[in-house]
Amino acid sequence: MKPRTKRLALLGGAAALFVGAIALVLTAFQQNLVFFHTPTDVAEGRAPAERAFRIGGLVEEGSIVREADGVTVRFAITDTAQAIPVTYRGSLPDLFQEGKGAVVQGKLGPDGLFQASEVLAKHDENYMPVEAQYAIDKAQAQAQAQAAADTVQK
Amino acid sequence: MMNTSSLSQKRTPKSILRFAAPQMFYPLAGTLAPWCAGIAAVLTVIGLYIGFFVAPTDFQQGEVYRVIFIHVPAAWMSMLIYLAMAFWAAVGLVLNTRMSFIMTQALAPTGAMFCFLALWTGALWGKPTWGTYWVWDARLTSQLLLLFLYLGFMALTQAIEDQRRADRAGAIIALVGAVNVPIIYFSVQWWNTLHQGASVTPTGSSMASTMLAGMLVMAIASWAYTFAVVFWRVRSLILERERHTDWVGAEIDAQEGRS
Repeated sequence: MKPRTKRLALLGGAAALFVGAIALVLTAFQQNLVFFHTPTDVAEGRAPAERAFRIGGLVEEGSIVREADGVTVRFAITDTAQAIPVTYRGSLPDLFQEGKGAVVQGKLGPDGLFQASEVLAKHDENYMPVEAQYAIDKAQAQAQAQAAADTVQK
Repeated sequence: MMNTSSLSQKRTPKSILRFAAPQMFYPLAGTLAPWCAGIAAVLTVIGLYIGFFVAPTDFQQGEVYRVIFIHVPAAWMSMLIYLAMAFWAAVGLVLNTRMSFIMTQALAPTGAMFCFLALWTGALWGKPTWGTYWVWDARLTSQLLLLFLYLGFMALTQAIEDQRRADRAGAIIALVGAVNVPIIYFSVQWWNTLHQGASVTPTGSSMASTMLAGMLVMAIASWAYTFAVVFWRVRSLILERERHTDWVGAEIDAQEGRS
């Protein structure tokens, strides 16, 4: 075997072993690498009970309620299967909106209400002009109106 | 030690492999670098013009999304340059070629610069959109690790006196660290992260076409910039490392005679 073929084989073998080791480590730490839990995780009791953790999902439509003191906000965070009620005191990021993504950090109270200490907005990877979003909204509204009209006719 | 000129005589003299010899690559890099720099300058102007004046306001984020025209090309480049370093490190370890280690040395500072730029613009983007400069999610953390790998590579290769040992130690860091690059890229798919998924994938994009065009022009500009500065850095590294050879002596005499 030529020396350089031998070096290539050694390097390839070492690289394969190393990548395998990293894959095992990442699989073992799968749970710890999660930045947030989903509302379903929380509802099924798979989220840590004692310590603070994060929940990620969509802010449920129509769920945002500002309390009388003006700084406390209540809303629900959902993955469309389960929704977790959240309460938070403080200012919210600009992109925090109903129907949009958010990540809340805090503790789950015994009453099932999540006491958030931090609220982050999570935006998606879609970028488009304002007009395009307007057109999409309009098309969806028309489709819904059409569907409603169809059911009435039946 | 084997003589490089006798090796290249055995092959066809016109083979592209002749540029594996520092003496041959030096003038080639010198010819290509200004062209790459020119392309980079022109494309940066076009890309930023599209980004700031042609691309429309985003429906969700408003004007702040325009950081994307620097952030994404910088992040792509930081990952790509590390893979290029790992490639040259492997070639250098297996074939013992001198140029490959010069390549890894020349690529590292530019990779570190793009990596820092991606992290910095990301922080500035994160504050107005997410509500925070920094979170320890998988994407951000693995990208920070990439910066440390770049800095570690540079520190280690500078710290070791013996050039051969420095090159080999650096090559190990470059190869071992390369496993982090797919982790960065796929982190947003494998784990729940605050960072959103990729807008541009091999199968398509989820961006309006002018936005995408501006970003791709900036990406090509970053490539051209990288080629230009790496070629120039390669030239000074060649002069430094081959300073005991006759041709470098002649080259330096010629340059000093000119100026």
